[in-house]
Amino acid sequence: MGIYSCIGENLQEVKESLYQGKSGVVFQQERKDFGYRSGLTGVVKVPNLKKELSRRQRISMDDESLFAYVATKEALENAKLDEDFLEKNDVGILYGNDSTAKAVVESTDIVREKKDTTLVGSGGIFKAMNSTVTMNLSTIFKLKGVNFTISAACASGSHSLGVGYMMIKNGLQDTVICGGAQEINLFATASFDGLGVFSTNEANPTQASRPFDMSRDGLIPSGGAATLILESYESAIKRGAPIIAELVGYGFSSNGGHISTPNVDGPSKAMKKALQQAGVHPDEVDYVNAHATSTPLGDANEAKAIYEVFGENGPAVSSTKSMTGHECWMAGASEVIYSLLMMQNSFVAPNINLENPDEDAAKLNLIKTTVNKKIDVFLSNSFGFGGTNSALVVKKYKG
Amino acid sequence: MLIEEIIEKTNLIFVDEFEVDEDELSPEAILRDALELDSLDYVDLVVAIESCFSVKLVAEDFKEVDTLQSFYDLLAKKING
Repeated sequence: MGIYSCIGENLQEVKESLYQGKSGVVFQQERKDFGYRSGLTGVVKVPNLKKELSRRQRISMDDESLFAYVATKEALENAKLDEDFLEKNDVGILYGNDSTAKAVVESTDIVREKKDTTLVGSGGIFKAMNSTVTMNLSTIFKLKGVNFTISAACASGSHSLGVGYMMIKNGLQDTVICGGAQEINLFATASFDGLGVFSTNEANPTQASRPFDMSRDGLIPSGGAATLILESYESAIKRGAPIIAELVGYGFSSNGGHISTPNVDGPSKAMKKALQQAGVHPDEVDYVNAHATSTPLGDANEAKAIYEVFGENGPAVSSTKSMTGHECWMAGASEVIYSLLMMQNSFVAPNINLENPDEDAAKLNLIKTTVNKKIDVFLSNSFGFGGTNSALVVKKYKG
Repeated sequence: MLIEEIIEKTNLIFVDEFEVDEDELSPEAILRDALELDSLDYVDLVVAIESCFSVKLVAEDFKEVDTLQSFYDLLAKKING
């Protein structure tokens, strides 16, 4: 696995931040000047890859692809997948992404000003398509297997893992690069901000994302990229891969209701299906990484759903979005990585800023400060606009 | 604009934007080979030239171009009319 996030640019840095409960949220005046209600955001540096990638490769990549390249390079190295393996095997890529706002705005602005489409340049089209990440990474890493983008709002990253899992389970692929990427810029989330769902606690950026807390007032947009290598057990054993864990359940559902307002039944159904498919009893789950974004209704409904599935004395629960903000298309993949880092290092990262849980949250075993604890099984939730839900169950690999 | 200035600015584009080694930029070098241009790269060359000299190149213009010198000459004709 590999990660490029606002709480660290690699696995080691992210592990430290998770353990320390460190927030990656900042205030940017630039956002206010642009017209945002909220100036809060997670930030990541745009990596300079001039020394690693050719001009031809870089010219087709916007920020989300650059983030995804860095995360994927780390993931391939950690999985011990080299160029030779990629050359000789049909390795696939299924990556979550659901916007290319900056590229679309910038290329449209050029045409408006110059009245000449040629002046957009050759990279414009490849940056502006939703499949920009998969088309760029599949070209750079010379992939020859399945190759498409999963667009499922804030559950995109999670569904990418779920679909990759199904591909492997059905014998269609042995190895798939999965993940999620999210651009961070003024254009990416302006319309989201317009819905009035972002926190305006600008005086306290690091305390603004407070999932499950009574005083929560909205989410904070964030981004970066997260990559996981899914591989069949046989293939991994055959090449001596360092196996971290096993993805054992993928539950999904659609709310069939409001376009933005979440419910309880949809998420609950996804979690139950994931557990059933995994053959895991709710009592066996040690940790739930909640989707909870710090919005009033979303968190309350997820708390109800988690309680419905796990009941009293349920597993440890936290929302790492309290530290990262909402990584949107990336979140479903990054949060599996955050949970895997906890699993590998035997701790539960805190749901920071949780001071007073609301009535629904109070019924859960929410972790407010870091707890040293062994995790053998975790469940990770991801939900998105349109009522798309995904839950993944992951088991520690014990050899 | 003097041809020397055109050559200097054009070579700067080749080095900065197309990442070509300056040593490869001889007047007799073949443009396509020196810049390792594929069909997409020609689009970027048009963009860079427009941005630098405010002249628009079209596909037909490249029919008369093979060496760098012929490219400089084309630009001189376009820029100076």
